[in-house]
Amino acid sequence: MDLLGFIIILVKVLVVFAATMLTVLVMIYLERRVSAFMQGRLGPNRVGPQGLLQPIADGIKFMMKEDIVPAGADKPIFILAPAILLIPALMTFAVIPFGSDITLFGRQIPLQVADVNVGILYVLALTSIGVYGIVLAGWSSNSKYSLLGGLRSSAQLISYELAMGLAVVSIILLSGSLKLNDIVADQQGYLFSWNVFKQPLAFIIFLVAVYAETNRLPFDLSEAEQELVGGYHTEYSSIKFAMFFMAEYANMITAAALTVTLFFGGWDFPLVDESSLGILGTVLSVCSFILKMGFFLFLFIWVRWTFPRFRYDQLMKLGWKVMLPLALFNIFITAGYLTVRALV
Amino acid sequence: MYRDFGTVLVAVILGIVMVAIPLLIQKLIAPSKKSKDKLQTYECGEEAEGSAWLQFNIRFYVIALIFLIFDVEIVFLFPWAVVFKELGLLALIEMGIFLIILIAGLAYVWVKADLDWVKRNVRYGTGRYQDVRMEKTT
Amino acid sequence: MGVVHGQEMVLNIGPQHPSTHGVLRLQVKTDGEIISEIKPFIGYLHRCFEKHCENVTYEQVIPFTDRCDYLASMANNFGYVVAMEELMEIKVPERVEYIRVIMAELQRIASHLLALGTFGLDVGAFTPFLYMFRDRERILDMFEMTCGARLLYNYMWVGGLSHDLPIGFVESAFRFLDYFEPKIEEYNNILTYNKIFIERTADVGVMPADVAISYGVSGPNLRGSGVKWDIRKDEPYSIYDRFDFDVPVGIGEKGNLGDCWDRFNVRLTEMGESIKILRQALTQIPKNGDVHQTIPKKIRPPKGSIYKRTETPRGDLGFYIISDGSPIPNRLKMRSPAFTALSVLDEIGRGWMLSDVIAILGSLDIVLGEIDR
Repeated sequence: MDLLGFIIILVKVLVVFAATMLTVLVMIYLERRVSAFMQGRLGPNRVGPQGLLQPIADGIKFMMKEDIVPAGADKPIFILAPAILLIPALMTFAVIPFGSDITLFGRQIPLQVADVNVGILYVLALTSIGVYGIVLAGWSSNSKYSLLGGLRSSAQLISYELAMGLAVVSIILLSGSLKLNDIVADQQGYLFSWNVFKQPLAFIIFLVAVYAETNRLPFDLSEAEQELVGGYHTEYSSIKFAMFFMAEYANMITAAALTVTLFFGGWDFPLVDESSLGILGTVLSVCSFILKMGFFLFLFIWVRWTFPRFRYDQLMKLGWKVMLPLALFNIFITAGYLTVRALV
Repeated sequence: MYRDFGTVLVAVILGIVMVAIPLLIQKLIAPSKKSKDKLQTYECGEEAEGSAWLQFNIRFYVIALIFLIFDVEIVFLFPWAVVFKELGLLALIEMGIFLIILIAGLAYVWVKADLDWVKRNVRYGTGRYQDVRMEKTT
Repeated sequence: MGVVHGQEMVLNIGPQHPSTHGVLRLQVKTDGEIISEIKPFIGYLHRCFEKHCENVTYEQVIPFTDRCDYLASMANNFGYVVAMEELMEIKVPERVEYIRVIMAELQRIASHLLALGTFGLDVGAFTPFLYMFRDRERILDMFEMTCGARLLYNYMWVGGLSHDLPIGFVESAFRFLDYFEPKIEEYNNILTYNKIFIERTADVGVMPADVAISYGVSGPNLRGSGVKWDIRKDEPYSIYDRFDFDVPVGIGEKGNLGDCWDRFNVRLTEMGESIKILRQALTQIPKNGDVHQTIPKKIRPPKGSIYKRTETPRGDLGFYIISDGSPIPNRLKMRSPAFTALSVLDEIGRGWMLSDVIAILGSLDIVLGEIDR
C-alpha cells in the first residue's frame, strides 16, 4: 500500500469520526433545543450564542466528575462495557457512502471510508456487537435496575434485529449486491427509483426496527426512567455515562444514514447525474445526503417527544407477531414479483 | 478487498484510541474520594437487598434461542438474495421450502405461547388480557 | 413442559425513584417482570400533623393543612374551615362562599393537570406533562395575584378569607377559562386517544366498584370505577347546590370499567365540569362584601365534636375535630383520600408487570404529603 493511499484512508477515517462526534454534539444540543421548542420552554441558551457551546460544557463537566465503580460490580467488565458499545457505534459509519466520488491528486477517491463488499452485513454485525455492551453493562453493575434494563434491552434488540435484517433482505433482492455503494447506484436516476417507493412495507418495518434498535422512544424500555430509573446505565457516572450517551446518538446517526442509504437513494439528488458535474456534483451529493439524514434525525427527536412508551410485552408482541411475519411476507412478495417479471 | 478491511482495522484502532483518550483525561483530572456509602449500588436510597446476580426469567433464554434460529436463517437469506436475479424461479422455490419450514417453527412457538412474553396473574379485569394464559403463582 | 420460574427478588422502588410521586417506598416481589406482591412503606414525609394540631390554636392549624396535600392546598383549607364553621355555627357572607368555590375549583383544575401530566410521564409521554404545567402556571399566577403565594396559600380562614379578590381577578379568570377550554381538546389529541397510551392504560389495573368501595377509595378513583359519588352533589357543602354540573364517571370506554384509562378520563372530564362551575360562580358572585366581616376575634368553639367531609381533587377529605372549649383543638383527625387510594394498590396491582404497576400508581394520583401528614 502506498503512502498517499494510506494517508487518504487515515484522513477519511479521521474526518468521518470527527464528523460523527460533531454530529453527536450537535444532536445533543438539538435534542434539547427542539424538545424545548416543542414543549414551550427555552432549553439551554446560556453557554455561548444560543447555548451552542452547551454540549462542550457538558463534556467538560463529565470529564471532571468522579468516576464511581460500585463495590459489588465486576470491575473489568464494568469498564469495558461502555467501550464495547461506543466503538462499534462509531465504526458503523465507515461503510456508508456519503457522497459521489471526488477526484483529488489525480486519483479518484470514493467518499466512503471502506467499500467493504459485504457492507450491509458489516453494519448488521456491528450493531449486534453493541448489544453486548448493554448486556454487560447491565449485568456487571450488580444492580437490579441495571440488570432488568440490560435484559430487556438485549431481548428487544435481538427481536427487532430479525425484522430489520429481513427488511434489508428485500432491498438486496432488488439491488443484487451487499455493497452499500451498489445499493445507492441502484437507486440513481429519477425520484421514483428510490427504494422507499419500491419497498414501502420494508421501509416501514425498517424504520420501526431502527427506533427499537437505537433504544429511542416509543421503544426506550431499557432505560425507561419511570420504571428502571436509568436502566442499564444506572450505576454509571462521569465519562463512562457520557459514553453511553454518545453511543446512543452515534447509533442514531448511523441509523439515519442507513435509512437514507437503503431507502432514499443515499447521496443521490434526484434527476441530477452527480458524476458528470465534477466537484460541484460531489458537493451537491454530500449536501443532499446531509439534508436527508438531518430529516431522519429530526424525526427521531420529533417522535421521542410526542409518544408515550410501549410496555415490554407489547414491544415483543409487535416485534415477533407483527413485524417478523410482515417482513417475511414482504420477501415472498418481492421475490415472487421479481420472478414473474423475469419470466414474462 | 483486503485493503478495505485494512481500512476497517484502521477505524477500529482509531475508535479504541478515541474511547481511551477521554477515559485517560478523566482519570487525570477528576477527583476521587471514595467512601463506603458512595460505592453502594443504587436501590432508590435503600440498602440493596441481596445480590442482583440471580436466576432470571427463562423466557429470555427461549427468545434468545428463537432469535438464533431466525438469525441463521437470515444469514442464509443474504447470499440467496444477492444471486436471486440470476437463479430465478428455482431459487424462489428452494428458498420457499426453506422458509416454510422455519415459518412452521414460528407458528409452533406462536401456538405454544412462547412468544407471549408475560403470563399475568391479575385479580381483576380481563378485557384484552383475557387471552393471555394465566399461570398460578407459587 | 411445566412452568419454570425465575428466582424471585425483592426490589425497592423508592423512596428516591422518579415515579413514586414523592418519597414513597414500594417494596415489590418480582421475578423480573411480574410483580407478585407490593408493600408500600410510608412515613418519609411524616410531620406529626395531627399531634401538632393539638398544640396550636385553631387558626394556626390552617397553614398545616396547606402542607398536607400540597398540590391542592386550597381544597384542604376549604375542608378545614367548612368543618370549623359548622362547629362554631358561623354563616359566612355570600361573597366569601363564592370566592371559596372559585378558588377550590381552580385548584381542582390545577391539581388534576398535575395528576394527568405526571401520569402521562409515568407511561413515557413527556411533552403533555409540560403542556399541562404551562396551563397550571396560569392558575398559580391567579392565586399569586390573590394571596401572594403560589403553592401554600393559607388563604381561607375560619369565618372568612385572608384577602379579598384583587381588582381584575374576575376578568382574568374568564380570560383563563376561554384560553383553557380548548386546551382539553389538545390533551385529548396528544394523550388521551393516543394509540400507545390506550394500549398502556386500557384494561390495566382494573378496580371493580365493590373493591373500590370496600377499600374506601373516593374521588376520581372511585368515579373511574363507575360509582357516581361526589360529595359536592351528594352531601352539598358551602354553596355547591347552586351550580349546575355533572359528575363524570368511568364507562369503560376503551376497556374494562375501572381501568387506568377510565380514571384518567374522569379527571380530564372533571376539569370541564369545573370550568362550568367556575363560569357560573364568576357570573353570580356578588360585587360587594367584606371578607373579614364574620371572622371571629377569638376562635373558641363550644364543647363538642364535628366530622365534615369535602370533595378535594383527590377525593373525600374529612376532618374530625374534638373541641373541649379551649382555643386549642383537643383532637384533630384527618381522613386522607390519597391514603385509601394507596392502600388499594396491592390489591389491584398484583400480578401486573413492573411498568403496569407504575402506571397504576400514577393513575391513583397520590400525594405523599397527605398520606404521611
